[in-house]
Amino acid sequence: MDYSDILEPFERMLETVATPTAVRAIERGEPVDAMWNAIAASGFLDALVAEAAGGFGLPVATVQPLWQALGRHAVPLPVGETMIARALLADAGLAAPTGPVLLVVAAPGQSVVVPLGLVARHALVEQDGQLGLVEIAPGSAASTGVAASLAARIEGAAIAASFPAPAGGLRALAALLRAALIAGAADRLVTMTTSYANERVQFGKPIGRQQALQQNLAVMAEDAVAARIASQLGCAGSFPPPLAAAATAKSVASKAAARIAATAHAVHGAIGISAEHDLQLFTRRLHEWRLADGSESYWNRQLGAVRLADAGASVDFVRTRIAPAA
Amino acid sequence: MFDTLVLAALPVEDEALRPAIRAIAEEAGKAVSADVRARSWSGFDRAFSRRLGEAGFLGLTLPKRYGGAERGPFARFVVVEELLCAGAPVAAHWIADRQSAPLILGYGTEAQRDYYIPRICRGELVFCIGMSEPGSGSDLASVRTRADRTANGWRVNGQKIWTTNAAHGDYMIALLRTSGTADDRHAGLSQLIIDLKAPGVTVRPIVDLTGDAHFAEVFFEDVELPADALIGNEGEGWKQVTAELAFERSGPERIYSSVVLLDAWIRHLQGGGRDDSATLALVGDFTARLATLRAMSIACTARLALGESPVVEASLVKDLGTSFEQELPVAIGDDLAGHPDEPVDAELYRTLLYVTHIAPSFSLRGGTREILRGIIARGMGLR
Repeated sequence: MDYSDILEPFERMLETVATPTAVRAIERGEPVDAMWNAIAASGFLDALVAEAAGGFGLPVATVQPLWQALGRHAVPLPVGETMIARALLADAGLAAPTGPVLLVVAAPGQSVVVPLGLVARHALVEQDGQLGLVEIAPGSAASTGVAASLAARIEGAAIAASFPAPAGGLRALAALLRAALIAGAADRLVTMTTSYANERVQFGKPIGRQQALQQNLAVMAEDAVAARIASQLGCAGSFPPPLAAAATAKSVASKAAARIAATAHAVHGAIGISAEHDLQLFTRRLHEWRLADGSESYWNRQLGAVRLADAGASVDFVRTRIAPAA
Repeated sequence: MFDTLVLAALPVEDEALRPAIRAIAEEAGKAVSADVRARSWSGFDRAFSRRLGEAGFLGLTLPKRYGGAERGPFARFVVVEELLCAGAPVAAHWIADRQSAPLILGYGTEAQRDYYIPRICRGELVFCIGMSEPGSGSDLASVRTRADRTANGWRVNGQKIWTTNAAHGDYMIALLRTSGTADDRHAGLSQLIIDLKAPGVTVRPIVDLTGDAHFAEVFFEDVELPADALIGNEGEGWKQVTAELAFERSGPERIYSSVVLLDAWIRHLQGGGRDDSATLALVGDFTARLATLRAMSIACTARLALGESPVVEASLVKDLGTSFEQELPVAIGDDLAGHPDEPVDAELYRTLLYVTHIAPSFSLRGGTREILRGIIARGMGLR
């Protein structure tokens, strides 16, 4: 299967099932079953599961565009998280539940914010280098109180049957996913914002003809491309990824996320702040994903420590530790 | 948007050039202090450039029948990356190899190709680019220096300025007005190759704020040129210059201008064992951005390798790259001076201040930041 054989049907399916109307309905608390069943029926949930275990066995570099598509459509279900969880469970010889699975790094009793925590009944939880599948007890996933957010505050329950976490841990895998989601939503925002700038007339001409806006939109496009390339870098090698590659992806994407959201809103003006406009479906997610699984400064510290432990030159470091192999 | 810019790997056969070019580049930088290596772009050493030519590291993108290696943009990426990271003196072949030879290949006559390109590939000819004039900076189409037809060729009058390499150069490829006036803008411009030793050419070096004199004013007073000084077609200078600038803007040189400083600072941190969280975060931020910029630059190189002229994508990488290059000295300065009790050796200090002072040029040469963002905006469908 080549790239477009995989991405195009997936993207078409999302265009049908994850319309802005459907996204808003789930954000209001309406049932997720129709959207989830459509996505599950597509088979893509097992994209990363080894072929021997009945999956597609796709490399993460091929799955990265699917994750971007999830971001581009603001899909309000933990599809990417479930793909990762199912691959890890299958590798451990364990069965996965049929529903969505979250990725959570939390010690027993520790409370963490998990994106889309309100729409899943299972979580793969990491504690002390061990993973365990946990059923989220009714009422134990609490709303964060953030408007329209499906994130939940989840308390780490002790994991029973457990298996070793992959090198680098669950957080590095989740960071790869977040970076790709950011890249997808960022791409959508660049398109939306460019269209708006070409349509909105002030001072007798489209605002997109103003040099000041053009300069800001050019920087927005640069940030969006950087986020995409960084995400691709993170997904270029092995799965689980080398820590330096995951850190690069999440650092660059997270830093870009806040800047892209700011420019998108600045260009749209007041209408972009309204709940009715679709802009906020994407900008709210950019902020949520930036804060999830370690922001840019967290990953910068991880990467900085690895870099300082290496005696070589900077370009040799990025060339040998954070670059795709030919 | 800009979906053609996708991650690419350097081909194995081009990556294989690295050990040999590294040995030559490191040899050149061995006895040289970091603040001199940080001048890589303006380090002028004809013998070094000839050595690269002999070793087959020039003309990597050019056909074998003109003395090139016929390897392509990926090979050039590897070689340029090694030269810049070692801080090797590249000025004596830089412009000729990067843009003059490809320009002559693309638009020159067979005789021009046969004469100039093999010499460029041997590292024998130093070229400079005559674009800016006192009244024509970003608004390049307003150039006034004229070349008028004579019985035997052309007569040039006028002035160029900010011309890198003019003081040591052999030839200039100049953008000149061959018909009409400055009001005709893009029409009536042509590119001519000027022997800088021709009578009537006066070169006056300009000292920059770091004490170097890498650029110059060049005056032309009734300079007689032969008919075959014209490169390409008369009146098509604008189109040719645009293509030439695409070569200039898309290479790895747009992310590595401060890399000698970055490496010197990292060695300073490693030597002192400083590893608090603010330091780690700064190192990590630079590393993540360098990795991403390098990947973007290789992605751009992949478009060149397909025979495209990725003008918008190259502008995007250059703007991000020069912003990074310029942020490095600011942040490293704050980091070092933010630890006033930590000793900083004299070489690192000189390197920091050299890069700090020259950094504004990073987003001027080859097109200003504002011009590049205008090109990107147009590529996005704005305007």
